[in-house]
Amino acid sequence: MTKIGLEIHCQLTKLESKLFCSCKADYREFEPNTNICPVCMGIPGSLPLLNKSAVEKATLIAMALDCKTPGKIAFFRKNYFYPDLPKNFQITQLNAYGNTSIGWEGRILVEDKQIKIRRIQLEEDPGRLIYEGATEKTKLTLVDYNRAGTPLVEIVTDPDFETPHQVREFLNILSDLLENLNVSDPGLEGAMRADANVSIEGGSKVEIKNIGSFHDLEKAVHFEITRQHSLAERKIEIIQETRHWDDGRKITVSARTKEEEAEYRYHLEADIPWVRINDNTKNQLRAQMPESISSKKERYISKYDITPQVAGILASDRYFSELFEKANNETNAKDVANMITTDIMGLLDTREKREISKLEAGHLSDLAECVKSNKITRASAKLALDEIIKNGKPLSQIIEVLDLGHVSDESTLSDIISQVLNEEVKAAEDAKQNPETVNFLVGKVMQKTHGKADPELTLTLLKKNLDIE
Amino acid sequence: MDLGISALSYVNSIKNDEFTVEEFISKSLERINQVDEKLHAFLRVNDLVIKNAREIDTKIKSNQNVGKCYGMPISVKDNICIEGSKTTCASKVLENFVAPYTSTVISKLNSEDAIIIGKTNLDEFAMGLSTEFSAYGPSRNPWNTDYVPGGSSGGSGVSVSANECIASLGSDTGGSIRNPASFCSVVGLKPTYGLVSRYGLVSYANSIEQIGPLTKTVEDSAFLLNIISGIDSNDNTTVDNKNQDYLNNIDAGISGKKIGIVTEMTNSEGLSTDVLNATNDAVKTFEKLGANCEQVSLQMIPYTVAAYYTITSTEAGSNLARYDNIRYGYEFDSSGFEFNSYISQARSKLGPEVIRRMILGGFVPSAGHAGKYFLKALKVKSKLIAEINHVFEKFDFLISSTVPIQPFKFGEKIQDPVSLMMVDFNTVTANLTGIPAISVPYKITNGLPIGIQIMANCLEEHSLLQAAYALEKTVDLPKVPV
Repeated sequence: MTKIGLEIHCQLTKLESKLFCSCKADYREFEPNTNICPVCMGIPGSLPLLNKSAVEKATLIAMALDCKTPGKIAFFRKNYFYPDLPKNFQITQLNAYGNTSIGWEGRILVEDKQIKIRRIQLEEDPGRLIYEGATEKTKLTLVDYNRAGTPLVEIVTDPDFETPHQVREFLNILSDLLENLNVSDPGLEGAMRADANVSIEGGSKVEIKNIGSFHDLEKAVHFEITRQHSLAERKIEIIQETRHWDDGRKITVSARTKEEEAEYRYHLEADIPWVRINDNTKNQLRAQMPESISSKKERYISKYDITPQVAGILASDRYFSELFEKANNETNAKDVANMITTDIMGLLDTREKREISKLEAGHLSDLAECVKSNKITRASAKLALDEIIKNGKPLSQIIEVLDLGHVSDESTLSDIISQVLNEEVKAAEDAKQNPETVNFLVGKVMQKTHGKADPELTLTLLKKNLDIE
Repeated sequence: MDLGISALSYVNSIKNDEFTVEEFISKSLERINQVDEKLHAFLRVNDLVIKNAREIDTKIKSNQNVGKCYGMPISVKDNICIEGSKTTCASKVLENFVAPYTSTVISKLNSEDAIIIGKTNLDEFAMGLSTEFSAYGPSRNPWNTDYVPGGSSGGSGVSVSANECIASLGSDTGGSIRNPASFCSVVGLKPTYGLVSRYGLVSYANSIEQIGPLTKTVEDSAFLLNIISGIDSNDNTTVDNKNQDYLNNIDAGISGKKIGIVTEMTNSEGLSTDVLNATNDAVKTFEKLGANCEQVSLQMIPYTVAAYYTITSTEAGSNLARYDNIRYGYEFDSSGFEFNSYISQARSKLGPEVIRRMILGGFVPSAGHAGKYFLKALKVKSKLIAEINHVFEKFDFLISSTVPIQPFKFGEKIQDPVSLMMVDFNTVTANLTGIPAISVPYKITNGLPIGIQIMANCLEEHSLLQAAYALEKTVDLPKVPV
């Protein structure tokens, strides 16, 4: 039987600051080595100061993954030498001397299969190595410490996956879950990374590292299973080793360096006192926890009578579900939901587009209203959306500017006609005497509606109003 | 002008206009010029002190608010950071390290108008107890320059003892304040773990070390502790002492207090007869002052030195790993080195004692050996804490000599690391358990000092200082011969 286990690293990108200092957790905008301080650079004499919100956010993840959570957590030092590690040790967690990490023994359902979560821990991200040219032939390795100290949550699963597809499904569910918890933005480059271990019946466990994206992870796992089967068929022993994913050739290659029993000299990080998380705190956190994706989906179906498919799509995306919740008002929910899933998701399909989009929930409810009351057509609504996303102007303005409205609605026209008659008392009197002059009033109505009033209807209504033939 | 005055009398003299800050600082600089070539207490003297002194004099003359220290010259161990100045830890590896920020204790002293007159010598990275392991040469004991001044805060002890400054800040990981205090005949206090911020103290064994004062009198230690103690947002391990005034009622006496004489520290193998006699004498003195003294046994004591070196080496191995010469350090041609050999090359400038402990620190917590060494050491530590907690249910204080022996000659112990380690026998207990301990000058025998150590329960510095003050008042020691 094929067994696949995962080790996922997820940055808590929604935090304001790093795990142990006040540098920004979001380092991506900075010039290299400018988002740093004595603490995250490990300058002699500096001390780590624990970011308590990171503990809370990580605990939320543990709770959402149904983990056991401890009464107090401790941090440990993992000692090893690497140029991306300013202190030459990483502050992380360890459950070897009692369970003191953020969480353990959790589970999550993936396509009706239960995947066990072995452990969740909070740790600091190292800096970033930038190789000049190809990895193997690089002459110069640059280090950017902007990332050093970014809060990272490590999620380790049991080897419960059997197929690459399950792995992919799990990662989708997990990244939706993390986004929904508002702890991380999995779409950010490097915010979520994963290593995998793969073994087939009768073979040793092989670890695959260096996988750049979730998409590649599925491919890497697939490749590794195929490789191991082909070895097994030829009766070649599958040795326990670490292999790297070669992004260029899309294969796994042996890391070559003999990975000896890791020697990390773990010991307690005394600079960070144990953090107590009592039941009261846990209850508070639980109360703050956003509604889960599955319960959100159920609610959309039962409350708004939306199809399960649309409800599922909406609920699993934090941005669109928030938009939906804000824009809908009992009566227009279905229309809003359809507009989001059929039009907006296409228009705002990337993170960058969402970030610069000027669309607000109010626009959407207005739009649904206009479509419903026949003020504009469904096709025009899509044109209007395009414009709203660009400039965020009120819908009424956009309809005017784009000339989307077709004023054929009797009551709207009647209102405008009343206005015109009030303003043009003399002309109205003239028209009553001399019906020929009524065209002047039609012109006025046209002016007010920027030429969009139905001329025939206008004339009919005017005549009716003035009581003339 | 007497440069040997205490901090409190210095403050009075300045207030009474007996001399100006500039006059005192100038005299202190003269004194340093005169004696430090021989004593080598200082690694660097601050050139700006005269300017600082004038500024404080101006404040005093114009009746502006002046901080509690009134410009008194204080020296600081060279493992405590001051922004813009070198902090070498007496190591070649940090020869050119200029701290980019100021430690909390120095900020606090600065805001009370202390003048930091210079940085003092130590054993490299505070590992040692004689300053013989300083990469810049040892300091010498002012009582007899053929003898070591103790360590690792040896330069601090010498600078206070030889009247080169009023007081000093040192750090104490296993006795590094109390040992040189005892050897140089000054007062040295290791506060409760967490009472004084370590922000800006270069870590050696961060789970047990503390910054503390070395002073001429017990009152001066209370005075400095008032300034440097308290919770600090830059150090998560600090505790809130609610601005306790340690000088208040310092003369309350110790009548009726219970003092435990630590049996294992008064019958240990390496204890010298002169030191034992002095200890017994101090016990009698306490009894005369109305305290009740009795023997108390702490069964973990024989294992403490081994546990101490196991734990501190483990932490040192981790804390010193950052000296890989990549972000700061000294220059050497790195071309041609593979990463690991580069690190080896970078670390080859570390001294023998540091290398010894790094090797030990690589071994004792390693996967195959942790159970036999590191985890056992932690077990000794937690059993010792339990014993100490139990003992302090009955006793107010524990007493012993600070060091089992008197100062020794240069080179006498340096070849025998284990006998050197045993010199820490009486001091490491306070570090392993976090309790406060003070060394009080008690006797000069054969021309060399002996200090008495008093220990109290965690955060009991106030009563500890009262006991130390009571003992101090009974002794009258000769003046330092330098």
